[in-house]
Amino acid sequence: MSEDPKLSMSIDIENLTKTYDNFAALDDVSLSIKSGEFLSLLGSSGSGKTTLLMALAGFVRPDAGSIRFGGREMIFEPPHKRDVGMMFQSYALFPHMNVFQNVAYPLKLRGYSRADIRLRVEQALATVELDHLIERGITEMSGGQRQRIALARAIVFEPKILLMDEPLSALDKRLRETMQLELRRLHERLGMTVVYVTHDQREALTMSDRIAVMSKGRIRQVDTPINLYERPSNRFVAEFVGESSCLPVTLQDGQVRFQGRPLRASSATAGLKNPSLVVRPEKLQFVTADASDCNLLHGHVTDVIFQGESQLVQIDLGEGMAVAIRRPTRSSASDRLPTRGEAVVLGLHLQDTLVVGDEQ
Amino acid sequence: MNRTEPGARNARELLKAERRNRWYLFGSGLPALLLVLLTFVLPIGWLFWLSLFDANGQLTVENYTRLLEPIYVLTFVQTFKISIIVTVACVLIGYPYAYFMIKGPRWLANLAMGLLLVSLWTSLLVRTYAWLIILQRRGMANDLLMSLGLTDVPLSLVHNLTGTVVGMVHIMLPFMILPLFASMKSIDPIYNQAAAAFGASPSRAFRDVFLPLSLPGLAAGATLVFVITLGFYVTPALLGGGKVQMISMRIESDVSMYANWGAASSLGVVLLVATLLMLFIVKKSAGLGRRSE
Repeated sequence: MSEDPKLSMSIDIENLTKTYDNFAALDDVSLSIKSGEFLSLLGSSGSGKTTLLMALAGFVRPDAGSIRFGGREMIFEPPHKRDVGMMFQSYALFPHMNVFQNVAYPLKLRGYSRADIRLRVEQALATVELDHLIERGITEMSGGQRQRIALARAIVFEPKILLMDEPLSALDKRLRETMQLELRRLHERLGMTVVYVTHDQREALTMSDRIAVMSKGRIRQVDTPINLYERPSNRFVAEFVGESSCLPVTLQDGQVRFQGRPLRASSATAGLKNPSLVVRPEKLQFVTADASDCNLLHGHVTDVIFQGESQLVQIDLGEGMAVAIRRPTRSSASDRLPTRGEAVVLGLHLQDTLVVGDEQ
Repeated sequence: MNRTEPGARNARELLKAERRNRWYLFGSGLPALLLVLLTFVLPIGWLFWLSLFDANGQLTVENYTRLLEPIYVLTFVQTFKISIIVTVACVLIGYPYAYFMIKGPRWLANLAMGLLLVSLWTSLLVRTYAWLIILQRRGMANDLLMSLGLTDVPLSLVHNLTGTVVGMVHIMLPFMILPLFASMKSIDPIYNQAAAAFGASPSRAFRDVFLPLSLPGLAAGATLVFVITLGFYVTPALLGGGKVQMISMRIESDVSMYANWGAASSLGVVLLVATLLMLFIVKKSAGLGRRSE
């Protein structure tokens, strides 16, 4: 993350609210994005992530709140005066212009000289490795090429803020994963502040410095990818990010109990509403009933699923509760898989024993 | 392995099936082909054939040499002049009208479309006579101009070029607006948003993005108006008051007054050729414009 003020700008969002016919698209959203940071807005459709991005770009006029770029109030500025780079989900490349004209457009509007435009467009297209297609028409381009052209157009004028609205969602899986790494490298090299909207948590985890998880117009947690995954602050985030089972637990006199048995938790549990134990498949292991360094769960196997690099074993804990345990596939013959119906004991390490509550 | 066995045999059968398929496609297209032949090619051919004979049925090119006389040349010039004026006026009125239907509030846009369609569905003759009444010496138009103090004496607004053009523009407007509206409707608003995001003011975004993307619709509308106006008869005949001569009126007089089918046909042929030539030029120049952009 760079914090060079020549390259990037901070974004401060305060108490932003937007309501459409009794539907709160943005419900009192506050968020500070550091200069040079790559921040993802992660949420399902209707969570408000796109509305927030469009408010930053100036296409959505909020009902109340403040948006500041580098300390300057922007909420009254029309889109064309916000000077941000933008990448649209559908790319929005102009069909009546060729590749060069599309990428040159932001420069033309900013009054660059002909020679300067030529140079910068060539540079931007070289960055996305498409400089050999400069005079081609947009309709001749494939989806992946269009995506790169849109990227070149968004960065050609070296904006200090780059807004991206699910720019990779139209690409196939393999290309998407390649582009995620390329965008990350590009961000490291150019250093602008990036706000990236996505519904794909893996994409957010791969690319971001920090992720803001949104739902129902509100931010549920803002944190680094590792903290978001390892230390979700509430049940919504725990269930939304990564695979997990949330098992209801009871709190009595500061003691956490699961199915009547005491549980040693690693996180503070005082005052949690509807507390639940977060169990992720890869945190569990098969143990013997006398293991002492972890919390134990008892159940029996209902299904064993082969998924290539790993295997998923489904376990019924009784009382209508179930968990899954994931184990990497190894060739070792000693690594015996349990069979359906077998009674097993699962261990969950103390530092992985996380109890969260509903959001308050 | 023996290569003549099932694979090769299948290849022969598949080729036959492919041929059958092609004949089937040709056969199912045949009725349409015959219809086109019967309704378009035959009449135009017959028109051309007729234009080669004089009133007594003798083979002649006189029908064409006669068109070089000043009176005919003037009529051609006037016809094209009026068509150009009407087309330009339709563009100037129709473009903002269609743009408003796209960008304006929903109910007003619906109202605008409703008015347009009602006007389109009303008889041509009714609308022409309505203009005759509005534009006459003591008509509504002159009343309005005089009450506004724009003129002291009634202006002659009809039985001349002014009245003809006013009536024709009104009648031609739907042919301009409807294709334009369809083409504007298909322009994704995301392009304007993209232009704005990269720093274009609304007027700049219109000029750089919306206008160029709406040009095909504009060209379609303008072509339609221009071509229909070239052969227009009723409205110029009634509103022109004999002072405005268009080719259609010459054709009419050749047929009804002199019963000279050959002379009328030659006019039709020349009008057709001139129109095709014009369309060809427009298409060429539009194509060049797109490439040089």
